[in-house]
Amino acid sequence: MIRRILPLVVGLLWASSAFAADVTLLNVSYDPTRELYADFNKAFVAAYQKETGKSVEIKQSHGGSGSQARSVIDGLQADVVTLALAYDIDAIAAKGLVAPEWQKRLTLNSSPYTSTIVFLVRKGNPKAIKDWDDLIKPGVQVITPNPKTSGGARWNYLAAWGFAEKKFGSADKAKKFVGDLFKNVPVLDTGARGSTVTFVERGVGDVLLAWENEAFLAQREFGKDKFEIVAPPLSILAEPPVSVVDKVADKKGTRAVAEAYLKYWYTKEGQEIAARNSYRPRDSEIAKEYEKSFAKVELFTIDDVFGGWTKAQKEHFGEGGIFDQIYKN
Amino acid sequence: MSTQTTFVTPATRLQAYSSTADLAISPPSGRDASTRARSAVASKDLRSEPGPIRFIIIALAISFLTIFVVLPLLVVFASAFSKGITAYFAALAEPEALSAIRLTLLVAAISVGLNLVFGVIAAWAIAKFEFPGKTFLITLIDLPFSVSPVISGLVFVLLFGAQGYWGTWLQAHNVQILFAVPGIALATIFVTFPFVARSLIPLMQEQGTQEEEAAISLGASGLQTFFRVTLPNIKWGLLYGVLLCNARAMGEFGAVSVVSGHIRGETNTMPLLVEILYNEYQFVASFAIASLLAMLALITLVVKTVLEQRLDEGQTPRDELRDEP
Repeated sequence: MIRRILPLVVGLLWASSAFAADVTLLNVSYDPTRELYADFNKAFVAAYQKETGKSVEIKQSHGGSGSQARSVIDGLQADVVTLALAYDIDAIAAKGLVAPEWQKRLTLNSSPYTSTIVFLVRKGNPKAIKDWDDLIKPGVQVITPNPKTSGGARWNYLAAWGFAEKKFGSADKAKKFVGDLFKNVPVLDTGARGSTVTFVERGVGDVLLAWENEAFLAQREFGKDKFEIVAPPLSILAEPPVSVVDKVADKKGTRAVAEAYLKYWYTKEGQEIAARNSYRPRDSEIAKEYEKSFAKVELFTIDDVFGGWTKAQKEHFGEGGIFDQIYKN
Repeated sequence: MSTQTTFVTPATRLQAYSSTADLAISPPSGRDASTRARSAVASKDLRSEPGPIRFIIIALAISFLTIFVVLPLLVVFASAFSKGITAYFAALAEPEALSAIRLTLLVAAISVGLNLVFGVIAAWAIAKFEFPGKTFLITLIDLPFSVSPVISGLVFVLLFGAQGYWGTWLQAHNVQILFAVPGIALATIFVTFPFVARSLIPLMQEQGTQEEEAAISLGASGLQTFFRVTLPNIKWGLLYGVLLCNARAMGEFGAVSVVSGHIRGETNTMPLLVEILYNEYQFVASFAIASLLAMLALITLVVKTVLEQRLDEGQTPRDELRDEP
């Protein structure tokens, strides 16, 4: 009996792997983009087939932005990386896998879509959280991942810092503010999705600091009757960048497809897909069309307030940096 | 497992025909005596405890097991079938699920196969020969048990990663080990290595070398001796080791997670896919895969019990020889 069934099962399992495309790309991305790239890849594959007649298959890998960069450095054969922040691609570039001037190769800092940091609160907003300074009130539990491992968490942290520096006017006061905020954080997950799960499913905390797209997704998955999105008046412009991994793409001979793949982001279709998945599109027409989907938030950039990622990373998240000092106390 | 891993003392080693499970407690006499002694000890223990205490102890054990073992298992199956049987099978038929099942089976086959060979060789060396550094070798075999799986994975990153010791050479020769099947198999082999060797060593030590010596003196070649004398003697212990090895190989998460690269539909094993699907709010799919792993655990448990009985019955070498054609 078993002898007759076993080959059948094995055959079935193996048969499904028979499909092979002309070209295969591996896109190594960060945590919350799973749904975005599922959508985008489908559209690109169809468009590319139509234009060139070639079939292409896109493989995805998702994880914390920092650890994904680490994997690429350790030899994960990514043709393109689409990470949460420029610093992580800089780290890959530092090992010679990506050209140093990678961020200039595509327009708008190689960030075809943007996002920002918003608050996800429970229905009715019981703790009345409207702005960043509500987060340091006693008795408010804030959920955010660990800035050491998570790209989203670094944006969260910098957004809070930017707010405080603007409101109180000095870096010292900003440091105190962010310190107070982290005193209200009961648990630090390693990635953005982990924090969302902690807040949404385990019911821990009063407010989740989240990527705007992640907040919308949680609301879509679990219903508007359970969670509300609160957009603070001021937040950070998060620019998740994309790049071809030169060394891998050249070795595999996939550069042309990889470049076409990333450029597809800048088409109307690509921008529309970003907007549909609650990422803010760059294209002004699409942005206008989806205007109502996104709250009006005054956005500052990391270059304005922190002088770029390299500096921010070193000062705030490096060994013994400000985050370490804050979190120890 | 506890009695299986107990090493044989010189005294008990004399009783060639007793089973391994008895070793920890049996006095150096025949098998019947050991069984009698054991049951005497057991019934005395029970009689010496007053009824209520006995009741409390049993109740505690059962409720502990219910909360920590039975309930979680039930939750897995309940969640897997929460949207009906169609959704359950649809989730398992997803290309990503099939790919994960395929990869898990492949990696388990590779690592069980290799560990079977290595395990027998290692156990053979330790049980039948005397050589310097033997204790050290035994400790080495145990190493994967005491190392955290994440570290096991990182070791392979340090060796085979692009920045690792052999990384440059591997890259230059286009050999992909990390973030591909070879890396996953290596990590799995590492964490599952002790199982086969560990279940064989006590058994082989207990059996000694007399039968092999007899076979050889009667003119059998080395291979003949192995397949006709040694293998039949150890077959139940070997199966037991293979079973545990397989269960761990299919269920390994930590080490595999480090070396996998998480390429969807390519390098995700079943345990990894369970986590990914869970984080994507696809609870039915996640628990459907988890239920397969749970079923594997249940089957392993049943087969393990049967094998333990076989081992306990003390398959005497003479019986085994009679089975031979």
